[in-house]
Amino acid sequence: MTAVTDPTSIPAAHPQRKTPKGTFDLIFRNASFLSALFVLLLLAGIMLSMVIGGWPAFREMGIGFVTGSQWDTQQDVYGAWPAIAGTLSTAFLALLIGVPLSLGIAVYLTQLAPLWFKQPVSTAIELLAAVPSIIYGMWGLFVFVPLFAAYVQTPLSNIVEGMPIIGTILSSRSPSGLGILTAGIILAFMIIPFIASIVRDMLDQIPSVLRESAYGIGATTWEVVRHVLVPQAGVSIIGACMLGLGRALGETMAVTFVVGNANRLSASIMDPGSTIASRIANEFNEAIGLQLNALIALGCILFFVTFVVLVIARILVARVKAF
Amino acid sequence: MSTATPSTVRELPPSTWGRVRQSRRVADKAMRIITASFTMIAIFVLFWILGMLIVKGIGGLSVATFTQTMPGPGSEGGGLANAIVGSIILTFLGIVVATPIGVLAGTYLAEYGKGSKLADLIRFINDILLSAPSILIGLFVYVILVEPLGGYSGWAGGVALGIIAIPVIVRTTEDMLRLVPGPLREAGSALGAPTSIVITSITWKAAKAGMVTGILLALARIAGETAPLIFTALNNSFWFSPSLLGGVSNLPVTIYQFASAPYENWQQLAWAGSLIITMSILVLSIIARRIVRGAK
Repeated sequence: MTAVTDPTSIPAAHPQRKTPKGTFDLIFRNASFLSALFVLLLLAGIMLSMVIGGWPAFREMGIGFVTGSQWDTQQDVYGAWPAIAGTLSTAFLALLIGVPLSLGIAVYLTQLAPLWFKQPVSTAIELLAAVPSIIYGMWGLFVFVPLFAAYVQTPLSNIVEGMPIIGTILSSRSPSGLGILTAGIILAFMIIPFIASIVRDMLDQIPSVLRESAYGIGATTWEVVRHVLVPQAGVSIIGACMLGLGRALGETMAVTFVVGNANRLSASIMDPGSTIASRIANEFNEAIGLQLNALIALGCILFFVTFVVLVIARILVARVKAF
Repeated sequence: MSTATPSTVRELPPSTWGRVRQSRRVADKAMRIITASFTMIAIFVLFWILGMLIVKGIGGLSVATFTQTMPGPGSEGGGLANAIVGSIILTFLGIVVATPIGVLAGTYLAEYGKGSKLADLIRFINDILLSAPSILIGLFVYVILVEPLGGYSGWAGGVALGIIAIPVIVRTTEDMLRLVPGPLREAGSALGAPTSIVITSITWKAAKAGMVTGILLALARIAGETAPLIFTALNNSFWFSPSLLGGVSNLPVTIYQFASAPYENWQQLAWAGSLIITMSILVLSIIARRIVRGAK
């Protein structure tokens, strides 16, 4: 009743109409307001609990917590660099593979797919997002990893062995199929539905007059996509990709299954590594003392990285509503 | 597969094509083939995963899977009864925690918060929570509930799942309430109903199907969550205590622990559990999608 601008509220000029329902009105309004505030509190709470829980580790290790690469529970020395590098490289590989696929899917669904085909395919792509993370992990570990080891890693290792740079990046010490690249590929399939469905919605929102006029002057479908649709959707496509990046950075179970969980940092993307999330999931239940703080501190780093990425993503995606 | 080949998509008549330069035609053709095959790859992966689950999981499904508790190390047989019941309880707890908060917060954003800066901020933060890593929410609940109370519990697990579900419910509730036409509310107000009555007996009723969908989607989202449970409800090989204190068995963490175990019956049960959980989630998502389409 305080919101004068709210067309649904009754004018305050009729106090005599206040019935016992007025109390309910007040309670309901305040309850919904408090619930909404709760959402803010949640984020603040997550941030605070990560900072406070991780503080002993940050204090003990200083900047070395981020830059150090030794993670030794016996001597209580914790350096998170291999996990941070693993998180960034798996997420980067996931984008490298996932973004072109997602954009292709979005273009196919909005521009090329026959009408009767569009709906089932859209649903199938969205169901990829509904498959739980742990199932991707099972599929990755028991189906994808053996195939990847036998048909990609082993032959590739033989080819690139001894080559400068490429040999370092692509050769694997022991072709087990587990590793940074495997995690990146699995992550790519997990972020495809998110990126593809946002980009699809954006392309659908673009006024068809624009497309039709481009077709009218003789452009091919590719040229319409390249010169009309992509510039129109613009930064919001980048926003969608960053949303995918946010997902990839924090993904836990699937990565834990296939990344290999090695504490060492390797120059090759074929070698096992670890990510922040996989290390937390692996060590948490046995962790005590400073190790526990160090794991929460890892969570703190993950929180701030994903927070920044998601804020940028939401700002970029929101721009699309302007037109 | 033939449905996706470029021949079935609408093309310009050949007479027009004749005047288009070769290189432009090739680029266009290549784009059509590439995008169609990208789509096929994604669909192929979905069916590959589902096929794998059915092939490997169906053998583990039996009456015992639903009636017996988890087998000990090295013992024969066993089932997932305690894990299935535990999962249902935890998921249900999560929804019970999330639904009132989520629905009320969504209502605030759609009905009361029009044009307010605070509502915009809450909406923005909610969108961020929507994609926040679930492992962080598990850690958060560990810090605020598990550590102070001195042990893992089903309650902590339920709260963690609830926190993951809240943003989903807030978002769908708001979106669905916004679809309700304004004149409906004005008609209610004109009859003298206060805002709360207009919302509860007119707007909510009109948006009911959509709001239920939001809850179903949240259910589908949290039913398969594993990471947050590792820090909160953990697991339990036996029937958990009815007070839900101590570890509560649940499917996702059981799958995680059994999948790479050295015992064949454990692995078999992990696959059976995966099949059960994925199929339930896919059915839930498809039902939710149907309702949304019906509502629109």
